[in-house]
Amino acid sequence: MSDIKESPAGQERVGVYVCHCGSNIAGTINVDEVSKWIESNPNVVVSRHYEFMCSSTGQELIEKDIKEKGLTRVVVASCSPHMHEKTFREATQRGGLNPFLFEMANIREHDSWATNNKEAATTKAKALVNAAVERVVHHVPLEKIPVDINPNTMIVGGGIAGITAALELAEAGHHVYLVEREGTIGGHMAQIDKTFPTLDCSACILTPKMVDVGQNDNITLLTYSEVESVDGYIGNFNITVRKKARCVDEELCTSCGICEEKCPQKVLDDNYGAGISYRKAIYRAFPQAVPGYPVLDKENCTYFQTGKCKVCEKVCPTSAIDYEQEDQLINFNVGNIILATGYDLFDARRIPQYGYGRLANVFTSLQFERMVNASGPTGGHIVLRDGVTEPESIAIVHCVGSRDQNYNEYCSKVCCMYSLKFAHLVHEHLPEAEVYNYYIDMRTPGKGYEEFYHRLLKEGTHFIRGKVAEITDADRKPGEEGKLIVQAENTLLGIQQRNAVDMVILSSGIQARHDAEEVSKLFKMGCDYDGFFNERHPKLAPVSTMTDGIFIAGACQGPKDIPDTVAQGGAAASQVAKLISQGTVMMEPVRASIREDECSGCRICNNLCPYNAIEFDEEKKVSHVVTALCQGCGTCVAACPSGVIDGAHFTNTQVLAELKGILWDVEADVPAMEEV
Amino acid sequence: MSDQFEPVIVGFLCNWCSYRAADLAGTARIKYAPNLRVIRVMCSGRVDPQFVLQALRSGADGVLIAGCHPGECHYVNGNIKALRRFTLLRKTLEQWGIEQERVQLLWASASEGTVLAAAVDRMTEQIKALGPLRWSQKVLGGNGAVHPVAEEV
Repeated sequence: MSDIKESPAGQERVGVYVCHCGSNIAGTINVDEVSKWIESNPNVVVSRHYEFMCSSTGQELIEKDIKEKGLTRVVVASCSPHMHEKTFREATQRGGLNPFLFEMANIREHDSWATNNKEAATTKAKALVNAAVERVVHHVPLEKIPVDINPNTMIVGGGIAGITAALELAEAGHHVYLVEREGTIGGHMAQIDKTFPTLDCSACILTPKMVDVGQNDNITLLTYSEVESVDGYIGNFNITVRKKARCVDEELCTSCGICEEKCPQKVLDDNYGAGISYRKAIYRAFPQAVPGYPVLDKENCTYFQTGKCKVCEKVCPTSAIDYEQEDQLINFNVGNIILATGYDLFDARRIPQYGYGRLANVFTSLQFERMVNASGPTGGHIVLRDGVTEPESIAIVHCVGSRDQNYNEYCSKVCCMYSLKFAHLVHEHLPEAEVYNYYIDMRTPGKGYEEFYHRLLKEGTHFIRGKVAEITDADRKPGEEGKLIVQAENTLLGIQQRNAVDMVILSSGIQARHDAEEVSKLFKMGCDYDGFFNERHPKLAPVSTMTDGIFIAGACQGPKDIPDTVAQGGAAASQVAKLISQGTVMMEPVRASIREDECSGCRICNNLCPYNAIEFDEEKKVSHVVTALCQGCGTCVAACPSGVIDGAHFTNTQVLAELKGILWDVEADVPAMEEV
Repeated sequence: MSDQFEPVIVGFLCNWCSYRAADLAGTARIKYAPNLRVIRVMCSGRVDPQFVLQALRSGADGVLIAGCHPGECHYVNGNIKALRRFTLLRKTLEQWGIEQERVQLLWASASEGTVLAAAVDRMTEQIKALGPLRWSQKVLGGNGAVHPVAEEV
């Protein structure tokens, strides 16, 4: 720390604050050295380092110094500006300065976290801090630009997360466009039989909400639809949705279901039916589908494939079948977007030694959910693949594709609990059957979850701690004939065990959607290593994203159970409702402007602007920027041959000053170029 | 640092994709060469070729320009404009004898922390192999006399 220092005349009085971030920065970078060194910069009058600059004490340091030491500029060297630029701008403002007279040096994400080389990290930190100081001297006061928030919202994904968010917003009086890829809303929750640990009937608690969505005047439900393009920014997104042709006229269809009944083409339902039941070529995924209109699956429709059939058209009492129907492109504007696109189940075929797809009586968890469901293909009877034989013994294998370096390293969070639920359902349906749960660790955090586990211990489930090595039908001993043999090490007993059972259920984990990456690009946001959408902050902003106006909810952000998903749906809705009730949001004043008296009127910039924000004044023969349209990309600034376009907060002077500062330790062997 | 030549690379990273890729690399604790020093710009289309030249003249051994993938630009197509300028600039630099590895253009989305880190490692190795830039010898002919072409830029 230094005492007050006189700054040479004409120079700014900069205060520099180097953050330790606990040991996140100070563990790698010598913060004391950086802080002392920057004092030698002639513009710096105060230089301090502090444990947590983002804490209220840290922020107060800035405020106090502005007032007491007459600072005119502030630099904080800490984390990414995407993390705390707003925090420190506000602190600067509270101190009495314009918030844009602040600059941040990113010495955490870009430096201390990115290397183990302490010496190099310290040198780099000096460069980044020096660059910020050199830059901030050239900052000018700016005012944020208010932008109106369109009160409509788009929600993508009609599972329980999207449904919750849609209802919250609609009931608050805001209009929602709910876009769902499938023919009905409901998502994975509609496939599930019972929910853990309360054993509520999943459909009984979900379908009333689906009906509410269908009936709410504030919700425009776009099913069998996908988002085609997203333009714009918070407050003003322009959306195009492709409403795929379902070949059914929604105005005429009464959802009577006769077409489905009479359709001669049976199709294996590997989506809602999880591959163990059949649907028709014209179908509703399940009877409570919302909306109730069926979808005609052209790829499997006899008429579309062979040109003959048209049974559905003949039987439809309202002539609602329309084979000529085409995809519709629907365009609308929204202020905010919530992504609730859900998850894919891990494909158990990827673990060949577990035999799924090869051994008939190895089922996935979703298949078992469908089987045990009273509205499922077996009417809720647990039977082997032959459709009649009740199994006498069932093995449930936890952590399939989860907690496994070969597949997904993370824990899918719900599998232990739903495996316990399966064990319970087997006891309920087949009291005589033996149930073996193979687990690595039993993970039951949640209200009533551990208690549910204890209940199962008492119900007589056999718990075997060990990861299953192989499931095979190759019998070696008497009694194993015709059975599935589960080979695993029982790590509590320290022995290898072979266990012959009739049925195996693989508790597959949760994965990011196969197209999550494409979706993230469409919405210009990030995915993590596993393909789940990145939240703005893992602790403090779990449903916001790095893109303002775009929020995430549910399993698209990471594995989670129904209560957590519902909570996130509500949280995302309340974030949106907050913005709607604010009515306006303040935008960064990063905008271009042309010094008209110096403009040569060459018009190079006119065609470069992606927003047509630059107009040419025919009378004065000069160009000018329409501020309301400018988004501040700066491509015109880079292109202007006369150098008379200024990009606010990213001027040539500011960037070149930053460049000069960042190269503090290297020697230029030519004179510096003239500034432009 | 050891006696071994450690190049200094200046990075101009766009705010929406590549700067966040660098943030993500850090957050994920991916370790990569500490030789990159990042300057944030709103869009790769903001990178005036002059910034690159000024960086090289001021002693940087390399410049990395990084932006969103084509088709994913936050500002519609600023990255394509960056690509056009980069192509012309690299041609000019080549004529001055500046190796093309020294000025690189990279597409790295906000989720591609690993891509960015790998690119920095690769570029650092390439420039280490080339050695320091020595702008005055290359562009000014070694005698301090200003090369006529260089002066016009």
